[in-house]
Amino acid sequence: MSDKPARGSLIGDGLAQIGALGLFLLQILAAVPRSLRYFTETVRQIFFVGAMSLVIIVTCGLFIGLVLGLQLYDVLSRFGSTASVGTVVAIALYRELGPVVTALLFAGRAGTSITAEIGLMRATDQLAAMEMMAVDPLAYVVAPRFLAGIIAMPLLASVFNAMAILGSHMVAVSWLGLDNGTFWSNMTGAVDVWTDVMNGVWKSAVFGAIVTLVATFQGYSTAPTSEGVAYATTRTVVYSSILTLAIDFLMTAFLM
Amino acid sequence: MSEVSTSSPDALVRIRGLRTRLGAKVIFDGVDLDIPRGRVTAVMGPSGTGKTTLLRHITGQLVPDAGEIAVDGHDLARLDRNGLFELRERIGYLFQNSALLTDFSVFENVAFPLRQHARLPEELIRNIVLPKLQAVGLRGAADLMPAELSGGMARRVALARAIVRDPMLLIYDEPFVGLDPIALNQVLKLIRVLNHTLGLTSIVVAHELSAVRRVADHIYLLADGRIAAHGMPDELVRGDTDWTRQFFGGEADGPVPFHYPARDYAVDLGFVQVKA
Amino acid sequence: MTQRRSHQIGTGLFILLGFAALAYLATQTTSLANYRQGPTYALKARFTNVGQLKLRAPVKIAGVRIGSVSGIQLEPDRLEALVTLAIDNSYNQLPDDSAAAVFTSGLLGDQYVALKPGGSPEMFKDGDEIILTQSSMQLEELIGKYLVGGGDAPGSKPAAAAKPATPESETH
Repeated sequence: MSDKPARGSLIGDGLAQIGALGLFLLQILAAVPRSLRYFTETVRQIFFVGAMSLVIIVTCGLFIGLVLGLQLYDVLSRFGSTASVGTVVAIALYRELGPVVTALLFAGRAGTSITAEIGLMRATDQLAAMEMMAVDPLAYVVAPRFLAGIIAMPLLASVFNAMAILGSHMVAVSWLGLDNGTFWSNMTGAVDVWTDVMNGVWKSAVFGAIVTLVATFQGYSTAPTSEGVAYATTRTVVYSSILTLAIDFLMTAFLM
Repeated sequence: MSEVSTSSPDALVRIRGLRTRLGAKVIFDGVDLDIPRGRVTAVMGPSGTGKTTLLRHITGQLVPDAGEIAVDGHDLARLDRNGLFELRERIGYLFQNSALLTDFSVFENVAFPLRQHARLPEELIRNIVLPKLQAVGLRGAADLMPAELSGGMARRVALARAIVRDPMLLIYDEPFVGLDPIALNQVLKLIRVLNHTLGLTSIVVAHELSAVRRVADHIYLLADGRIAAHGMPDELVRGDTDWTRQFFGGEADGPVPFHYPARDYAVDLGFVQVKA
Repeated sequence: MTQRRSHQIGTGLFILLGFAALAYLATQTTSLANYRQGPTYALKARFTNVGQLKLRAPVKIAGVRIGSVSGIQLEPDRLEALVTLAIDNSYNQLPDDSAAAVFTSGLLGDQYVALKPGGSPEMFKDGDEIILTQSSMQLEELIGKYLVGGGDAPGSKPAAAAKPATPESETH
């Protein structure tokens, strides 16, 4: 894993990266049973990747909701169907915006810090020291962060969705004068728990796995220098965003 | 190549015919080496001769291309992951940059190996950790975080961590780099005292002759992928091979050239035209 | 370790908040919100065409939800749709000459069953059938009727809800 884009065929490099990522995923999955004895470490990581991301998730969720409310009210008023603002906001959020935007924010907030943290542990020999103390870094460092991502992302996406719905409600009902009952009854009439809400929960769990997989992989295989860590952090955001959106498309296409 | 015998009581680590290649570079080209039990053995050599690589071989972090390595009678090539981990639990390793876990306090760093391998009562952990911290003189620093320590203190904490499980073998990777004279003396004293009081075997990798002379019973000089010389410190210093003269005598030129390989100087300056 | 403990508390709070948000979304913003039903009683109604009516679609009177569709079957002998409605027990004062119609909420919204109260002194009981029904208006049929110009609205029994041209929506 060079810290600069290597010369040579772009496709070959890309395939090699994907292959290495896949192998790393297998290694993590193999390490998960062993990591269960470090349960408190997983709890600690849920705190760092989850609870510490709440501020950005709550703020961005609220703003997305406000914007969606304004835009949709404007567009739907041309068709005389402003009553559906709540419905459209909820479905758009549950199915796509909630999981995807949360994943992108998560990559920027938690993914980068995971990469930088593991990269620094690599650079300062902390990972080698664990190996020498007969502690498997995959089980102690990587797997807990991976599990924490899978657990935290659906919860973060739910908080994001709730904030966005509150935001759109604020715009549509409190500012633009849509009837409160209309807003909610249209939403409850059209949104389904399984096809909409839970679908988004599965998606965000998968996205949480993708972001933490890329982040831990980049940190783990970083060149042990400060430039190496910097490159790896950038790559975490780029690769995890691309992978998230690509897999979102595949999941939407095949699972709906 | 002689066979590795488990019956040799005086050698804790036996290396025979070690060959390693990293990328295109040949690191070891037939290295034979014995680390005697209960002694302090130093491995010296110019930068880039693979001293740290040798340590990674001994701890099984890196598999050699050829050759046999036996630690306490176990052939590393025949150990599986669990066997290797069990062996490593009996080896203390002091990293060049201490490698303290940044998230944990000094006390928790030293307690880390204990907590990971056994469920011990907190009382017992304190009773094991505090004497080790006392031995390195940092019992009072137990609650500090690694970021609050000086380089010398961090190295002493790492030393306390390395000995917390009473290992049979203690490996020091460049323990003298970047220490002020006071910290250097403290570390030197610790290496000797620990080796004698705990009955350990120690391997010290370093290139500071003056420091090594004060702790080592035996020195291996590694150069060019081979053992260039070995023996007691005083013998080596008086030795008269090219390597010992350059390395211990501090000559700028010798087997390790002062000039990096280059084209002819006159050609580079343009005084002489090269025929195409 | 106090630090470890505060992390555990923070993690607990975070997980609690996340699940609270998820539970709120799942129960208050979806059709689950319409399940706040206690005991119900069943009414039956036959329609020649139920259009896009789905299970769990709301049943409303004057735009207020009083129950949901609990079953849609085809009656093999009459080739009509038999729709079972689960009406909340609290709405047990429905005259037994009330009429049922399949309406669409808004122009393109979901379909629901609207009840139009009659004037009979007798009330519906569990298992009764609603005699007066009016089928779903199919957009295609409406357009066809408009082009051909007149004729009875096909597939509609005489219903108390006279003109279906203005489907009520619950928009207030």
